[in-house]
Amino acid sequence: MLYSPAIVAEAIVNGLMTGAVYALVALGLTLVYGVLHIINFAHGALLTAAMFAVWVLHSAFGLDPYLAILPLAPLFFALGYAIQRFVIGPASHGDDGNILLVTLGLSILIENALLAGFRSDTRTIATDYGFQVVEVGPLLLSMPRLIGFAAAVAVTILLWMTLSRTDTGRAIRAVAKEKLGASLVGINVGHVYAVTFGLGCACLAVAACLLMPTFYVNPRVGNAFVLVAFTIVVLGGMGSIPGALIGGLFIGVVESLCGLYLGDSLGQIGIFLIFILVLLVRPTGLFGAKA
Amino acid sequence: MTGRALLPILLAAILIGAIPLFVTANTVLNFLVFTLIIALAAQGWNILGGYGGQFSFGHAAFFGTGAYAAAILQTRFGINAWAAFCLGIAAGAAIGWIIGYLSFRSGLRGSYFALVTLAFAEVFRILANASAVTGGAAGLLVKLDVRPENFQFSSRAVFVWIALALVVAVLVLTAWIERSRFGAQLVAVRENEGAARALGVDALRVKLLAIALSGGVTAAAGALYVQYFLYIDATIAYGTWISVEALLAPIIGGAGTVLGPLVGAVTLHGLGEITKTLAGRVPGIDLVAFGALLIVAVAFAPDGIIGLARRLRARIGRGGGA
Repeated sequence: MLYSPAIVAEAIVNGLMTGAVYALVALGLTLVYGVLHIINFAHGALLTAAMFAVWVLHSAFGLDPYLAILPLAPLFFALGYAIQRFVIGPASHGDDGNILLVTLGLSILIENALLAGFRSDTRTIATDYGFQVVEVGPLLLSMPRLIGFAAAVAVTILLWMTLSRTDTGRAIRAVAKEKLGASLVGINVGHVYAVTFGLGCACLAVAACLLMPTFYVNPRVGNAFVLVAFTIVVLGGMGSIPGALIGGLFIGVVESLCGLYLGDSLGQIGIFLIFILVLLVRPTGLFGAKA
Repeated sequence: MTGRALLPILLAAILIGAIPLFVTANTVLNFLVFTLIIALAAQGWNILGGYGGQFSFGHAAFFGTGAYAAAILQTRFGINAWAAFCLGIAAGAAIGWIIGYLSFRSGLRGSYFALVTLAFAEVFRILANASAVTGGAAGLLVKLDVRPENFQFSSRAVFVWIALALVVAVLVLTAWIERSRFGAQLVAVRENEGAARALGVDALRVKLLAIALSGGVTAAAGALYVQYFLYIDATIAYGTWISVEALLAPIIGGAGTVLGPLVGAVTLHGLGEITKTLAGRVPGIDLVAFGALLIVAVAFAPDGIIGLARRLRARIGRGGGA
């Protein structure tokens, strides 16, 4: 199968745009991993919850998905803070295996609560700009996806600046490097953990707002994203923010090209094969000896 | 093996095995067969996860392989259903060994082992959903031909007893593992792999044996599912639901105990039925309860129901002695 260069180029550009939003989802995951050293299995379910929140705000109050970032990002920050502070932290007794199980429990709980509340129907948001396209040279690009790309890159840079320039960011990095040392110099480790988890959830809320103009939501939609996000995080290096962005863009392109050459049903297999290969071939190189 | 170890197994077998003698309602028998299938899948998880400490989030890979192997061998190759059932178990064990070889050789454990098993199950699901031999998204139907030699019975009670026989066989196997040299090595690897290796335990070999056994047992659950429902598709076979069920039951019942998976499966599905009756037929409501129960169990009963019972008995025993 040979496609014309224009089609391949379009697939690559489309992949980059999807990849940027993937990166935003992965960003929350990698941040939480980098600081708390836990894999948050509830990440996908929380993304689904955020997407439903965008849908509810739009259908009940007519709020534009992009404007929904303003209330939802702080709301999900608070939600994430509370979840880490009052559920994951106390329930897991600091044991890694327990954290894995508690976040799995949360994911089952959230996903099925959404299923019970909203049923399994797939819902979309209709906007005026949903099908607008921009002409860039020979390519026709979807307007909302271009906005998604720009916003995802902007949020990544913003998060990177927050971590490197602010006091909170310094505290987060200190806790990530040396928990005991950080607590000895007066950093409240429990608080920093919860703030980090909250930031991860805020990233999800933004990702949900950027996705909704072109994507759909149903109670299981987060699963597809979370496996992709795991792949990106492993590929980009656990805990690395630039790694998440680059990994996200790369995976977006891989998925898009696999979809083009293998068809939709096999499109995602490329991602999982990369995931397994990276885990198997370079386990220590990519996520440290502590694994 | 001592009688003390076998007594609870015998009791559980008699208790469950007697139910079809008194109850003939199809809903009850369906519930029993389904719960026993889950218990069997969970017993498989328990060997690797409970005794070996390797948390798999992708036991669907084994369940689905057992189910598809049994179904494909029967429908496409005309192999006898009982032989196909046994070959399904062997296929599950082989897949277990291969996944184990790849991941344990690379030193994956903890969260990374969980992730890689999840990814393997997902790859199988996508492949089964797209390939022709598995019937693609339409799934595979096993031809209805009710004869004992086809592993098909008109009476649901017979299925209860067959499922129960398999569960009991694995209970005995687990009780034997618990007392064997292999079991001791497996627990040693779980508690401290470095120390176990320093004492001369071949950790890779022990973990490989565990994952092959685990895969075989869970594959038996998948093959039994096919014989009972006579249908399989990629979402059932390799879906996350069964990975989660296989893991939840031992954690709730008591991971690394002989009876844990069975107790957990019965508790979970009993609770699921109760929630469904109380809350009406709201989809997903039983799973909301499962999720909440998992968090509560990890928080307050890290050794599951069996662990709670042991603690309670120890307390009563102390109280009586004083």
